[in-house]
Amino acid sequence: MFNFFSKKRSAGNAKDRLQLVLVHDRTDLTPAQLENLKNDLLKAISNYIDIDPEAVQIGLERDGRSQRLVADIPLRGASRHRTG
Amino acid sequence: MTAQVITVTSGKGGVGKTTAVANLATALAADGRKVVCIDGDIGLRNLDVILGLENRIVYDIVDVIEGRCKLKQAMIRDKHYPDLYLIPAAQTRDKNAVSPSDMIRICKELRPDYDFVIIDSPAGIERGFRNSIAAADRVLIVTNPEVSAVRDADRVVGILEAEEKGTPSLILNRLNPALVRNNDMLSAEDVLDLLGIQLIGVVPEDEAVIIGSNRGSPVVTDPRSRAGQAFRNIAKRLQGQDVPFMDLEQQNAIWSALQRLTGRK
Repeated sequence: MFNFFSKKRSAGNAKDRLQLVLVHDRTDLTPAQLENLKNDLLKAISNYIDIDPEAVQIGLERDGRSQRLVADIPLRGASRHRTG
Repeated sequence: MTAQVITVTSGKGGVGKTTAVANLATALAADGRKVVCIDGDIGLRNLDVILGLENRIVYDIVDVIEGRCKLKQAMIRDKHYPDLYLIPAAQTRDKNAVSPSDMIRICKELRPDYDFVIIDSPAGIERGFRNSIAAADRVLIVTNPEVSAVRDADRVVGILEAEEKGTPSLILNRLNPALVRNNDMLSAEDVLDLLGIQLIGVVPEDEAVIIGSNRGSPVVTDPRSRAGQAFRNIAKRLQGQDVPFMDLEQQNAIWSALQRLTGRK
């Protein structure tokens, strides 16, 4: 009977917000610094391969008590090489 | 006999560290263990009132450190358990009157004669906290299922790891099972997942805790209290016993009866 509005009540909010806060606390990296890191990474990678900056996803993830920097960087133009 | 030194800390204040220390020490003494608890909160002492021993203080830990009395003279014997002692904090001094090596020395002196030394750390991550963890063999972190308390607990876990004090165990205090059921409070699973440490006990919110502290008699002495039961279980786990976690659901027997009646369970 409570299921209707218990789907996303405040506990979910608390957990989502804490997840983000803890990752930044643990790495001592602010969201702004992370954005700079992302831009620097993209610049460096673009020197070697063609990537779509819009499609890139870089973020911090938790794994127990350790953090990892996870990057998903799709490459652009692989098909052009094949046809060309 | 070689005492295990256990420090209870939290980061955030007001989450129930002192209550946890008083209850665990009392429960261990009730199990026949020889226990000394030390109030590490110099200038803001409270363990004495929670244990109901405030009228018996003559000397405190700073008197011991500065040589005004012997360690034994500063140890106050509990009213009910002859093998439970309190070493009170100094009330009119600041935390700089104690150093980590003082704590190590005091614990070393206590170790041969007791089973457990339990240190009540002050809130925060500064001098008083550093003093309190200096001699610890094991650290327990108390937190509440709230964003600020969990965040501060995580900071403390990080510092303990950096100091190579090992991974602490978690006491999740003041959990409200009805709120958790309604998804309006972080559950024990949520908090464990966020902090990534081991659980040693979940203590449900319980009015009997306040009544116990009003009277200076820890809630573990109340056989009907759920919080008392949770603390007694944690004390057993500290003694190496494998005690199953309490089913906090059963607290609301009426609610589950209703759920069964309406065919939802």
